[in-house]
Amino acid sequence: MNVQRMGAITLRHFYLMRGSVSRVLPLFVWVAVDMVLWGFISKYLNSVTQGHNFTPVFLGAVLLWDFFARVMQGVTTAFFEDVWSRNFLNIFASPLSVTEYLGGLVLSSLVTSSVGLIIMLLLATSVFGLSFFVYGILLGPFLLTLFLFGISLGIFASAIVLRFGPAAEWFIWPIPALLSPFAGVFYPLSILPDWMRFIGRLLPPAYVFEGMRTILAGGEAAWVPLLWATGLATVYIGLAYRFFLATYKHAVRSGLIARYSAETLS
Amino acid sequence: MPNVLSVKNLRKAYGAKLAVDDVTFDVHKNEVVGLLGPNGAGKTTTINMILGVLEPTSGTVAIEGLDISTHRSQALKLTNFAAVYAPLPGNLTVFQNLRIFGMIYGVKDLQERINNLLDELDLQRFRDTKCGALSSGEQTRVSLAKALLNHPHLLLLDEPTASLDPATAQEIRIKIREFVQNGPTGALWTSHNMYEVEEVCDRVLFLSRGRMLLEGDPKTLPHEHGKATLEELFISVAREALTPQSEPLS
Repeated sequence: MNVQRMGAITLRHFYLMRGSVSRVLPLFVWVAVDMVLWGFISKYLNSVTQGHNFTPVFLGAVLLWDFFARVMQGVTTAFFEDVWSRNFLNIFASPLSVTEYLGGLVLSSLVTSSVGLIIMLLLATSVFGLSFFVYGILLGPFLLTLFLFGISLGIFASAIVLRFGPAAEWFIWPIPALLSPFAGVFYPLSILPDWMRFIGRLLPPAYVFEGMRTILAGGEAAWVPLLWATGLATVYIGLAYRFFLATYKHAVRSGLIARYSAETLS
Repeated sequence: MPNVLSVKNLRKAYGAKLAVDDVTFDVHKNEVVGLLGPNGAGKTTTINMILGVLEPTSGTVAIEGLDISTHRSQALKLTNFAAVYAPLPGNLTVFQNLRIFGMIYGVKDLQERINNLLDELDLQRFRDTKCGALSSGEQTRVSLAKALLNHPHLLLLDEPTASLDPATAQEIRIKIREFVQNGPTGALWTSHNMYEVEEVCDRVLFLSRGRMLLEGDPKTLPHEHGKATLEELFISVAREALTPQSEPLS
């Protein structure tokens, strides 16, 4: 694997961001809106209920969920740049391997999602007094698990668009919203019906939010479920990578890469 | 002369339809080979298979002896291409595009190489202009700059002068010829401009309906087949191709 080639994909994304307000603003505007909205909801709930602090429950949950969504979209948006600029032929007829290309997308996502995270942390702590010390040492594994799962979904979503063409990008944007009811972002999985709980248990973020609520309720830090979640997210990255590779090979066999704008060759 | 490209029994089938049918040819070092044929003859399909973006149904492609199916990255590091249907991203500047592709192709002394190419292709004044804001001729020159970035051993040019004015097209032809003659490079060139093909190519291959019909020196080939010019020969081959069950010309 050639790090310079991966760096080229990330540099491309940096160049695009640097010259474009419409690319930079979404990095933090929507997460800032979410912070403000849920910050005030938490404040209101704190004022009408005595002795409860909803800020780490709701605002913290939104922050972590938004981070996951930004990671996923960091990968897909960097991929969409090649879709939008019809750059596949230049990219895939070069020495760049699929692994290096995906590595470049992941690096781009790491940078862009970190910007969003920093903005969210600043807003949540300075305006709404959210202290991340309440999550203790588990905050790191929480973020790592969400990052890994976001990467896996981003790669999977990119493969879907590679397979079904540019119009399929509209399947991709709502994915975090579709998953959130199953992931128990704001409520414990135990209140879900069996079939939803079953799906929830397959989603690494569910373990993060369960762990977060346990800590906030004064419980012990639960490392085993979190390690399981991190392992699960890593397995999903492997599966998403295999899926992207298979999709790419199909596109090379069918000629779709060379005629991508046609969407299908049938 | 050693081969920079060896294509053997290349075949691409889409279901029952054969887009490329048992095509075999070589491109040698310091040689420009013209790949000619009417629209839909299989030229771009052949180029796509050489570039590894289309998998052949059967046959092999080797660049400097490296099989594209097993040594893709190493083979493509020695290759580059320019095609009218593959412009560089319009939302990046000329310099940014060249820097990114220079990194992808592992070009040494990249800044210096970019500067030299910008000078050679008269692009220095567009260095910080977004490619999408350039005229089609200027974009073609940027694509050529990208194609020459890595001193490729195999240069694939799909109608490289299609959108250039005659004066610029001639300059580009001269530059590419010099590039091929002075380096370790061989080039495969497609064009519908037979005057250009005669001027630039050492050898031509005529493709029709995916099959190789003719091969030879563009200056002598027309006379060998009873035609006055290469253009006449092209028209004759293209019409032959339209006749069902046509046999390859001898």
